[in-house]
Amino acid sequence: MAEATANGLGQHTLHGAQAHDPAVAGIAPAEVHQEHPIKLYLVVWAWLFILSACSYLVDYVGLQGYLRWSLILIFMMLKAGLIVAVFMHMAWERLALTYAIILPPILVLVFVAMMVFESDYTLLTRTVFFGAEP
Amino acid sequence: MADTTVTHIGQTQPRPAGLQGVAADWSSDQRAFKNVSWGKAMMWIFLLSDTFVFGCFLLSYMTARMSTRVPWPNPSEVFALHIGGSNIPLILIAIMTFVLISSSGTMAMAVNFGYRHDRRKTAILMLLTAALGATFVGMQAFEWTKLITEGVRPWGNPWGAAQFGSSFFMITGFHGTHVTFGVIFLIIVARKVWRGDYDTGRPGFFTSRRGRYEHVEIMGLYWHFVDLVWVFIFAFFYLW
Repeated sequence: MAEATANGLGQHTLHGAQAHDPAVAGIAPAEVHQEHPIKLYLVVWAWLFILSACSYLVDYVGLQGYLRWSLILIFMMLKAGLIVAVFMHMAWERLALTYAIILPPILVLVFVAMMVFESDYTLLTRTVFFGAEP
Repeated sequence: MADTTVTHIGQTQPRPAGLQGVAADWSSDQRAFKNVSWGKAMMWIFLLSDTFVFGCFLLSYMTARMSTRVPWPNPSEVFALHIGGSNIPLILIAIMTFVLISSSGTMAMAVNFGYRHDRRKTAILMLLTAALGATFVGMQAFEWTKLITEGVRPWGNPWGAAQFGSSFFMITGFHGTHVTFGVIFLIIVARKVWRGDYDTGRPGFFTSRRGRYEHVEIMGLYWHFVDLVWVFIFAFFYLW
């Protein structure tokens, strides 16, 4: 997300904030409109296409093992990051909102870890009590 | 930012008691998201809760897949299409992915033109987004039909672990429902834009409140979220 703000587009948000002067809006704080050049969306769109094609190629070429999983996860995270940061304008929101929305889903990873232990145990008991792998 | 909220604005007024006091106290003088309207903040919070819903689905899928002794059906073969004499793996899913990403792109541009008060372009781009979304749902219906005729059921399938069917129908069904509702809302908002509701300040049907072009962006947030969920489903369910 740092890259997205660093490319000079952050200034647009500033213009937006000035346009909504607090004097005009009264006591309510200025609400920033998200206005960015169309070109930015087209570039992100193209990147999403490229990344999707890459993740499809991982399957098409038939890569296996850790290489496959890491590539799938990398492409997935890049795509998700682009969508949230640019399409959903999270890169230009204040940090309070970003943290409130982005941090809770990361905590799901704890749940993932718990369920990995749980399913390993289930698999162990199934193997022990129902015989070896079929 | 200098324009943060004034915190002591209510000090001079008497505080209401009873239930009114409960409402007044909870809605009083603080605001966490300084430059975001309540509509946008609420949409984000809704999307956060929806993230947990889909997170739990994917987690249950992971648990089912990790804990079964029966081999999982290979999605690359299950979702292959027979085109031109050879099986192309996952081709329909790949096309669906591109369709949904394209709809996200048109939606982002619709938001942009909305803030420029270009009613025509906004409405056309939103209807294009809705059409792409409907295409996606149509392709999903095709995929479901194909799998059901091949004998996939929530309780079993011809290729391996029985949990495959239930995970598949649950996850893609829920996602497809989200897309369907998104299409309906897109058409509603596009109609409002086309009619100029956000310029003339025509009150909304349910809310009786005047809308703003920000509604297009809020609608866009939902639509991009649907695309976002598909990114994770594509990676975890189809590619893994």
